[in-house]
Amino acid sequence: MAQAFFGGVHPNDMKAATNEKAIEQLAPPAEVVIPMSMHIGAPCKPVVAVGDTVKIGQRIGEPGGFVSAPIHASVSGKVKAVEPRTSSMGGTVMCVVIENDFQNTVSEDVKPVEDPDSLTPEQLTEIVKNAGIVGQGGATFPTHVKISSGLGKVDYVIINAAECEPYITGDHRTMLERPDQVIKGATLLAKCFGVDKVYIGVEANKKNAADVLNAKIAELQAPVVVEVLHTRYPQGAEKQLCQAISGRQVPSGKLPADAGCCIFNLNTTCAIYKAVYTGMPVVSKVVTVSGSGVIEPKNLECPIGTPISKLFDACGGLKDDTYKLIMGGPMMGMAQYSVDVPVGKGTGCMLAFAGKEEQYVEHPQCIRCGKCVGVCPIRLEPVFMYKYLMKGNWEAFRDQFHGMDCIECGACTYTCPARLPLTHAFRMGKQQVNNARMAAKARAEAEKAQAAKKEA
Amino acid sequence: MTDYKNLKLIASSSPHIRSDENTRSIMLDVIIALCPALVMSVYNFGSWNFRALTMTAVSVVSCVFWEWLYRVLLKKPQMIGDLSAVVTGMLLAFVCPVTIPYWMIVLGAFFSIVVVKQLYGGIGCNFLNPALAGRAILVASFAGPMTKWYYGVDIPVIGKMAADVTTSATPLAVMKDGAFTQLTQDVSVADMFLGRIGGSLGETSALMLLLGGLYLLARKVISWHTPVAFIGTVAVITLIAAPAGVNNVDYMLYNVLGGGLMLGAIFMATDYATSPVTKPGQLIFGIGCGLITCFIRRFGSYPEGVCYSILIMNCTTWLLDKYIRPVIYGAPKKEKKKEAAAK
Repeated sequence: MAQAFFGGVHPNDMKAATNEKAIEQLAPPAEVVIPMSMHIGAPCKPVVAVGDTVKIGQRIGEPGGFVSAPIHASVSGKVKAVEPRTSSMGGTVMCVVIENDFQNTVSEDVKPVEDPDSLTPEQLTEIVKNAGIVGQGGATFPTHVKISSGLGKVDYVIINAAECEPYITGDHRTMLERPDQVIKGATLLAKCFGVDKVYIGVEANKKNAADVLNAKIAELQAPVVVEVLHTRYPQGAEKQLCQAISGRQVPSGKLPADAGCCIFNLNTTCAIYKAVYTGMPVVSKVVTVSGSGVIEPKNLECPIGTPISKLFDACGGLKDDTYKLIMGGPMMGMAQYSVDVPVGKGTGCMLAFAGKEEQYVEHPQCIRCGKCVGVCPIRLEPVFMYKYLMKGNWEAFRDQFHGMDCIECGACTYTCPARLPLTHAFRMGKQQVNNARMAAKARAEAEKAQAAKKEA
Repeated sequence: MTDYKNLKLIASSSPHIRSDENTRSIMLDVIIALCPALVMSVYNFGSWNFRALTMTAVSVVSCVFWEWLYRVLLKKPQMIGDLSAVVTGMLLAFVCPVTIPYWMIVLGAFFSIVVVKQLYGGIGCNFLNPALAGRAILVASFAGPMTKWYYGVDIPVIGKMAADVTTSATPLAVMKDGAFTQLTQDVSVADMFLGRIGGSLGETSALMLLLGGLYLLARKVISWHTPVAFIGTVAVITLIAAPAGVNNVDYMLYNVLGGGLMLGAIFMATDYATSPVTKPGQLIFGIGCGLITCFIRRFGSYPEGVCYSILIMNCTTWLLDKYIRPVIYGAPKKEKKKEAAAK
C-alpha cells in the first residue's frame, strides 16, 4: 500500500452505476463541433475553410505557440462552419463544425511508427506533439511540454489511474478492457525517461483492474509496477499522487518535475500508445455518463466534438427534473448551462443531477469546527482564508495563508457543515491576486516606457 | 427523446456534492450525547427526582427564546433552527446546581445567549463558551445558591427546599478541606464513576459523560485531542504531585472523576467556536486547561477549577490559532527559509 497524503475526504463513490458496463461506441453523430482550444496555452488557428472535405485524423488546427497542441478532425466529412460556439468553460470559443459523411475515411497522415522500440525521447516528444496529446485527466496541459520539461530531471514516472472523483469509471473500464494499451504506453514512457520502472497508481476500490494490469505486466515483462492507493479524494490530484507514491512533496509554486516526478493520466498514456502504434491522434474520448438525472448510465467512447446532448440521447435521455449538468466529476467539474457544448480532450465524465437540489443555505455562518483544516490536502486553513477574503483582504489570503497553493479540489467545501462556499471564494480570491499582479506589471511597464520617453 | 430546452439548469461553482453533515446535525449529535448524563442525574438526585429535567427544560426554552428575541428585535436572519441554543441551554443547566430557583437560570441564559454569544455575532463568533460564561456570572452574582449542593434528598420540582435539609459537600470540596482520607471512606471510586455524589446537575456521572463522549468521537463531531490532553494532564499532575500522606493513585482517580472535569473536557473544551481549529493547537489548549484546573484546585480559593480554566484558555484561542499553524504541503524546508532570509 502506498503512503497517505494529507487530509482528504470520502464521498460516496457512486461508481456502481457504471463500473460493470463495458465501454460502448457511440453511434457517430451527424455533426461535430471541435473547439480550437481544448488545452491550457495558446488556442489553435483553424487551417480548414468552410466547404473543405476532411478525413479522420487530419489536422484542422495549428498550434498557436509552444504551449499548445494541434487539433484533428474526429469524423470525416465536410466543414460546415468555422465560427465561435458556446464553450464548456463559459463564453464562446472558435470552433470548426464538421458535417459527418459517415464514410469514416481515415487521413493518409495516420500511419504507425515503424519501430516503436527504437524511438528516442526527442522522436517520441515529436510524435506526442503532432498527435495533439494533452493531459486528459481534465487539466489538459500539453503532454509534449510536460515530457520535454521533465526529461533528465525525473526519476519517478507515474501513471495516474486513481480516478478518485465519484461516478467516473472510464479509467476503470479502460484498464479492464485495454490493459495492453496502458502497459505498452507506460513502457514507452519508461524508455523515454530512462527509468527502471513506471508506477501506475490505482485506488483500492479498483482491485480487479490492478489484477488485470498485473497479469498483463507479467505477460509482457514490462517495466511497470501497479501501486494500490488508499481510496480517498483527492488521491488523483497531481501533488497528492506524487506524495502517495514517491513520498516527495512538490515545492510550493513549482511543478511535480521539480520534485523529480512526472505524472501522466491513464488516458494520456493510452493516447501515446495509439499515436505510436496506430498513428491515430487524439480524436476520441471515453466518457462516463452518469448521475441521478440519466435514465441509463453508460461508459461511451465518442468522437471529440460530439455535443453532450448526443451522449444523453444514447443513455435514454434525461429525467424531467434534471437541475444540473456537470462536465467532469462532481467535486471539480464545471456546471453547464447548454447541452450544445462539445466533448473536449479533457472530458472524462458527463453528469446530470435530478430530483432534490443540493442543500443550499441562505445565510451560511462558520461555526469554526475546523473540519476544513483537517481535510485540506495542502494543509491550508480554509476557515481563515475565507474570513479574510470576505473582508476583501486578498493580501493576507496570498501571503499569510498561502491561498495561491490551493488546488481547488473542493474537499473543504464538501465537508463544511455550515455550507460555506469556500472553494468558490478561493477561486475568486486567486483571480483577485492575479488581477492585481497583472495590474502591477502593466503599471511598471507603463512607467518604464514613460521614463524611456523622457530620456529620449 | 428528452426536450432539453425545458430543463432549468443551475450553473454553480464546484464541488457539486456536499457531505450530509450540517450544523444542525452536529448540534443534534451533541444533544443526543448529553442525554445519558441527563437521565442519570434525574435518577441520581434522590431516585427519579424530576427537578433535573424541568431545570434543563427551563434552561433550554429560555436560551432558545433569548436567541429568537434578539434576532427578531435586531432584524437578523433567524438561526434558532441550527439547535445551537438548545445545546447551550442543556450545558448551562448541567453546570448549575439542581436546586437554584428557575428565574436564576433564565437570567443565566440571557447572559449566555445575548451577551456572550449574540453580541459578538452569533454562532461561531463568540470567544467564550456561552454556558460556562453564564455559570461564571451566576456564581459571581448568587454565590450562595450556586455553591449549595444536595445529594440524596427530596428536591421539590416546584417550590423551595425544606429548611431543615442539610447540604452535602462535593468530593472536591471535602478534598479542599484536607479530609482526603475521610472522603475515600465515605465515597467509593465506583460512586464517583457512576455519579452518586453531590455536584452540579449534569457533571456527576463520569460514566454517562464518557458514553456521550464516545458517541461524539464515533460520529466525528469532536476529535480526541482536547479531551485526552485535558484529562491526561490532570491525571498526570495529580498522580505525581499528590499531597504528602495521600495514596497518589486514589488522589488521581478522585480528581479525574470528581467535579466538572469530564463534562468540561468532553463537551465544553471541545466547543468549536472557542477552541483552536488545528489539532496541535487543540492539544496545547487541552494541556493548558488541565494545568489551570490543577492549579485552581490545589492553590486557588475554589475547590473546582474546570470552569475558569476553560474560560481562561478560551481567551488564548486566537493566539493558538495565530501561531500554531500547519506546515503547508511543499513548504520550503527550514534551512532554506533561513538562507532566503539571510539573502
